Amino acid sequence: MASQSPSESPSQSTSGSASESPSVSTSEHASQSVFQRILDPANRADPYRLYHELREVPVRREADGTYVVSTYREIVELLHDPRVSSDRRNLARPYGADALADAMPALAFIGLDPPEHDRLRRLAMRHFGPPHTPYRVESLLPEMSAMVTGLVDGLAGRHRADIVDDVAYPLPVTVICRLLGVPREDEPRFHAWADAIVETLGPGEEDRAERERARLETTLHLRDYLQELVAAHRRDPGDDLLSGLATYEGPDGAMAPADVVATAGLLLIAGHETTVNLIANGMLTLLRHPELLKRLRGEPDLVVRFVEELLRYEPPVQFLPQRVALADIELAGTTITAGSPVVLALASGSRDPAHIPDPDVFDPDRPYTEHLGFGGGVHYCFGAPLARLEAQLALRELAGRLRAPRLVADPPPYRPSATLRGPRHLLVDYDGVDPASP
Amino acid sequence: MSGEGPVRVLIDLTRCQGYGQCAFLAPDVFTMHGDEAVLYDPDPDDAQRERVLRAAAACPVQALHVDRMAMRHRTASGPATRDGAAFRRDGRIVIVGASLAGARAAAVLRREGFTGSLTVIGDEPHPPYDRPPLSKRVLSGGVPAEHTLLPRLREEIGAEWLLGTAATGLDLAARRVRLADGREVGFDRVLIATGTRARPWPDPAEAALRGVHVLRTMEDAAGLREALAAGPRRVLVIGGGFTGSEVASVCRDLDLPVTLVERGPSPLSGALGGVLGEVAAGLQRAHGVDLRCGVTVTSLEGDADGRLRRAHLSDGGTVDAEVAVVALGAVRNVEWLRGSGLAAGVWGVACDAGCRAVDANGLVTDDVFVAGDIARFPHPVFQYQFMSLEHWGNAVDQAEIAAHNMVSDQTRRWPHLSLPVFWSTQFGVNIKSVGVPTFADEIVVTQGSVAERRFVAVYGHRGRITAAVTFDQGMWLEFYRRLIERAAPFPPDFPHVDRREDPRPVPAGAPERIVAAAGATVVVTGHDPSERRASLAPGR
Repeated sequence: MASQSPSESPSQSTSGSASESPSVSTSEHASQSVFQRILDPANRADPYRLYHELREVPVRREADGTYVVSTYREIVELLHDPRVSSDRRNLARPYGADALADAMPALAFIGLDPPEHDRLRRLAMRHFGPPHTPYRVESLLPEMSAMVTGLVDGLAGRHRADIVDDVAYPLPVTVICRLLGVPREDEPRFHAWADAIVETLGPGEEDRAERERARLETTLHLRDYLQELVAAHRRDPGDDLLSGLATYEGPDGAMAPADVVATAGLLLIAGHETTVNLIANGMLTLLRHPELLKRLRGEPDLVVRFVEELLRYEPPVQFLPQRVALADIELAGTTITAGSPVVLALASGSRDPAHIPDPDVFDPDRPYTEHLGFGGGVHYCFGAPLARLEAQLALRELAGRLRAPRLVADPPPYRPSATLRGPRHLLVDYDGVDPASP
Repeated sequence: MSGEGPVRVLIDLTRCQGYGQCAFLAPDVFTMHGDEAVLYDPDPDDAQRERVLRAAAACPVQALHVDRMAMRHRTASGPATRDGAAFRRDGRIVIVGASLAGARAAAVLRREGFTGSLTVIGDEPHPPYDRPPLSKRVLSGGVPAEHTLLPRLREEIGAEWLLGTAATGLDLAARRVRLADGREVGFDRVLIATGTRARPWPDPAEAALRGVHVLRTMEDAAGLREALAAGPRRVLVIGGGFTGSEVASVCRDLDLPVTLVERGPSPLSGALGGVLGEVAAGLQRAHGVDLRCGVTVTSLEGDADGRLRRAHLSDGGTVDAEVAVVALGAVRNVEWLRGSGLAAGVWGVACDAGCRAVDANGLVTDDVFVAGDIARFPHPVFQYQFMSLEHWGNAVDQAEIAAHNMVSDQTRRWPHLSLPVFWSTQFGVNIKSVGVPTFADEIVVTQGSVAERRFVAVYGHRGRITAAVTFDQGMWLEFYRRLIERAAPFPPDFPHVDRREDPRPVPAGAPERIVAAAGATVVVTGHDPSERRASLAPGR
């Protein structure tokens, strides 16, 4: 439809709905690629129908030189392709914001390649999970469970709640603060920075320089804050992750102070800007599928597969916006040229009908749910186990205790970011709150 | 979902990429050993069920099976002819061999819609079990040997299981399998999946000494576990292949002194060539193994009570040891096929790429199929060389192909074209391989660092990539598999991340017994078994 010029045959046009002004919207469509339309905030509530169109060309070159990859198999291939870098300093000119790159504080491992990525990630993993700290996440379970119960208790005595502000946001923030050793009361300070950084993630190259500038400014504030905090943990270490990062030295050496700060910043932002969307998307999906809401009340273990299907169907991370091809890469009939930016459309890949039958049906009973919700390869989401457990606990509690919950607005208002996509508010009306099960 | 009886767990370690999500979510059941290798209890306590289900749901490559082992590839569309449909409905199939390949084939036959009579014959008394854990967590005492039973196969499949009864003969004309107890079982089609057994120590008297072990079966593993738990002063491992090296690794984990004697220049060199053999040797020495290469054990000496006390070596040396593990490879179980008219011998049972057995004349049979360790089949990617692959993944893949072909008409049959993949966990390192590393003349380390023992090594044969081996870098393996399938040029000539070693290839040091025939370069396309096809590439 996008390629059809408005003058050609207006009588055949099916794209304009009654409420749109045909002349404006069609000409906009004609100049906008499907990918640009996906990024358009107007389409935030439902990008999925546009992904159908996006996948018609699995590897698509945008006008700004970005290659967008949208089919499951091709995305998985690139996630495991050593010719694909996560370090944007590898971009060929004119994409690179070289001057800014020098001014940026140390990159966290999400923007680095092996071996540096692997070394820093191992050093961070040492204090978070297996093989060295396998029980850390499990040991947080009772505390997380109590937090969830407390948050849902807080919904009692009224009949309307904003699931985002009342549950989906406070839970992951409290958990990540506890885990990292960041004072919970500092939340208003770093929340503003985190939100600002999320809005600079892209994808897209045209306004890249501007976004990088905005990002740099915010990153420096965050860095100053974390530097001070890390210094305090170094002086007086606790059982938290920041203390571990700041004080540990082992076979991989120690983390340089600048890397500790960068890693802390990454975990703080990623740890609370993504799970909020998973929980909010989950509640939205439940309310749109009343039969599942009902089932979940009687069958609480269903939440495990429910969250897995959610990661496939409504993932909080829609794109990996900043990969770079190091070589010419032949993929699905297209050559991605060396030095080009590459966007992996994870959310589209997880709904690829060539990968999974009936991809637009939400079905937690699928025998296998292989999805791209947490990416894949060496950059697979560091905090995935935490995100899964938080979402499972929160959704089980909400489904089990809210009496007759219903959406106030469908679709709800969305946050602007196309990459970390989720509702800004999720207003729900309900008849009451059942007491917590003992 | 909770409280439904015992939990059975199986990880398809061919698929596993070491994401560690299971070890986060059920840390009492799944343990990361080093960066990438996962060890687990296949039969965990019922109380773990909820955690295990969480772990299974979270596996990023869905390699973790609970209670059942399903398949991902498409089902066949059904037979085209009336005869085919009739056979599928009420034919008689006998599977000889009740280990991984036999059990897998039985499950696939049912899934493909075969409703006729299905009989599985096995010489061991146990239901099918999983062998890889035997040389790892079972030996280290992490899990009892009997925990390795494969997930609920018997209940699921609906077959007659004749266990503890070896097959002793195959009469193709009468279409009957003879059993050791005198019974005979008739069939319309038969699958041969009798696998291999451990190669025994050649001197029977020395082999009978107390303290001399082999490692193949559940009983072997339980017996060796007991011997290691008793804290012997030294363990001697004879043979430095994968089994021997894994046993030595477990001994070091248990802090037992161990001497490993390998006839070749280094451990693993028979499978991975001399270059990586040296890396493996360094790994063993760094973990305190007393490694003796280029040496053989000439005799084992017992004391007056018939207990092992010493081994004599070809270099004149001796090793005092109370336990010896004979890890000299496997012998194929073909004796029962003597006189059957099939092309069966020490090399295995020859078959075509569709798993149909070849008779002694070289003719392909219609109703006799072969799968698993015992099958010897031509692999188009490796110049149609006949190979038998003693790998877990091959048993699974080939059994699926064989089972599909047994109930499919000629035009719907699939070729067995999957590339060989295997893994080994030793000394905290996860080693994975794709392709055939011995089918190579040169090797180059593309990614990572040999000194760190985290790297990808790529093998080339006459200018094309034929194999890749990773040490704790398994997430990259699929990329190299595709290069092999595309007959990509060697050495790889593209820029990529983590290039730290010299980009110039060196001789791979593959053992000489593999002499490649000149000629064919084959390209494989397709992902699902139903789509996979080989085609000859024009000469390069």
